Amino acid sequence: MTRSIRIAAGQGFWGDWLEAPWRQVTGGPVDYLMMDYLAEVTMSIMQKQKTRDPTLGYASDFVPLMQRLLPALVERRVKVTTNAGGVNAHACAEAVAETARRLGLGGKLRIGVVTGDDLLGRVDDLLDAGHELTNLDTGRPLRDVRHRLRSVNAYLGAAPVVEALRRGADIVITGRVTDTGLTLGPMMHAFDWAPDAWDLLAAGTVAGHTIECGAQCSGGNCLVDWERIPDLANVGYPIVEAHPDGSFDIIKHPGTGGRISVPGVTEQLVYEMGDPREYITPDCIADFTSIHLQQIAKDRVRFSGIRGRPATDKFKVSAAYFYGYKAVGTLVYAWPDAYKKAQAADRVLRRRLQDLGLEFETILTEFVGVDATHGPLARKALAIADIPEVQLRVGVRASDPAPVERFTREIAPLILNGPPSVTGFAGGRPKPEEIVAYWPALIDKTQVRACVDIVAV
Amino acid sequence: MTSRRVRRIRLVDIAHARSGDKGDTANVGLIARRASDYPLLVKHVTAARVARHFKGMIRGPVQRFELPNLHALNFLLHGSLDGGGTISLKTDAQGKVFSTALLRMEIEVRR
Repeated sequence: MTRSIRIAAGQGFWGDWLEAPWRQVTGGPVDYLMMDYLAEVTMSIMQKQKTRDPTLGYASDFVPLMQRLLPALVERRVKVTTNAGGVNAHACAEAVAETARRLGLGGKLRIGVVTGDDLLGRVDDLLDAGHELTNLDTGRPLRDVRHRLRSVNAYLGAAPVVEALRRGADIVITGRVTDTGLTLGPMMHAFDWAPDAWDLLAAGTVAGHTIECGAQCSGGNCLVDWERIPDLANVGYPIVEAHPDGSFDIIKHPGTGGRISVPGVTEQLVYEMGDPREYITPDCIADFTSIHLQQIAKDRVRFSGIRGRPATDKFKVSAAYFYGYKAVGTLVYAWPDAYKKAQAADRVLRRRLQDLGLEFETILTEFVGVDATHGPLARKALAIADIPEVQLRVGVRASDPAPVERFTREIAPLILNGPPSVTGFAGGRPKPEEIVAYWPALIDKTQVRACVDIVAV
Repeated sequence: MTSRRVRRIRLVDIAHARSGDKGDTANVGLIARRASDYPLLVKHVTAARVARHFKGMIRGPVQRFELPNLHALNFLLHGSLDGGGTISLKTDAQGKVFSTALLRMEIEVRR
């Protein structure tokens, strides 16, 4: 059995730092590069792209990234796990294979493709068979939005990633596999962990949660002593150094910036947390109250003692549906009386919207610089009269596009026919945006079958 | 005259925090800077107290969970994100900085 493996986080979301994966692969020894691309609404964006062009529907910048990385990956025998495949993992794999061949790497690579998560084409059958896919937050049945659905995906776990690795894949490209499964998979494979070794699977899941947001556990977006975190310009992304007994260290490459400390890692552990005793994934239930953390060296935090419980019999499902339209307009008001001017402008705007008879589900006003993030808590503490400038930020939302479109034409006139000392409108008229909203649900695991294919390059 | 004095402490001085979202619910993880201050957080930063702190900013209930191993409390603030995710019109649609608003809270401590 392997003594230990190193899994490096290369992307924490689609749009993360493009330099990170390269630095992770070339900055020191690693065995796996894990890259998470999918957020809740990403699948619907990809579905839209695939509808327009059947060769699209995946994280498109993954392919040029691989063009840069592949020679180094092959030379250093670093494997990749990623959910960059989105709603078209096969097309993504084909594009990567094509790139590899052009680089002269034919015969040197195997790509594993994980699918089976996409349920959009099966929704009617599932609903007819009595699977309501009830919204976990609102309790509404999915039928209510059946004709507005844009994507429906089950969150697969680590199992198909493990299968792909067992069958010799060097690069595993998946659809909607959980962020944590991309890290747990290599650990289960390397250490031959059983699918019911709950404590071990929970440990791998916690490792995955810790690095799934990239540098957010190694000094990025870290509040505690933030001014003393060294060299964020050169921040080192996290690496899990995992052991067969389920203990692991979070580290980063030597010579990089950032910081790996117990308080910093703790911030990432509580990020997006629900009930800490029940962190539910397709693979297990991890108990975050069992985690023991220890700073055992500079930039090295040891995790141990992690306990887990059996997985549930459900997969989580993430659906996306068309909800309506929104637009946000902004203007900046300057001292003196910046806040009062912005408030007056808001009153004028609302009066005009009302006089036009426009109907919105919501109109939301924020005064950026006064109350946008802390609401009334901040207003109490401010010396309001001295504020140098305030941004008026008004958003509207409606099921109809017409009132939202009309709203976008009511911002600019305020510049010359509203309160004075206004600027900051260089961006032009705001654009109405389609809202595609998220619908969380559960489905019996028996209804979903993950599929693993191996593509030789 | 042995009664201990009451001191007002702002949470930002004894704790740090990070938040995230799940739909229309923001979570705030509140972490004691020193392990010895964790009992203060447990005692004073109750779900009811947090709900009062955020009055007018959240529509739903507040849930609290304890993580003594990390000297941390986790709060779920339901109905805090104007629908959340893509629906929300808020600057902080995903509740990323709700954590810092909790750090404004003051607690009264006898020392």
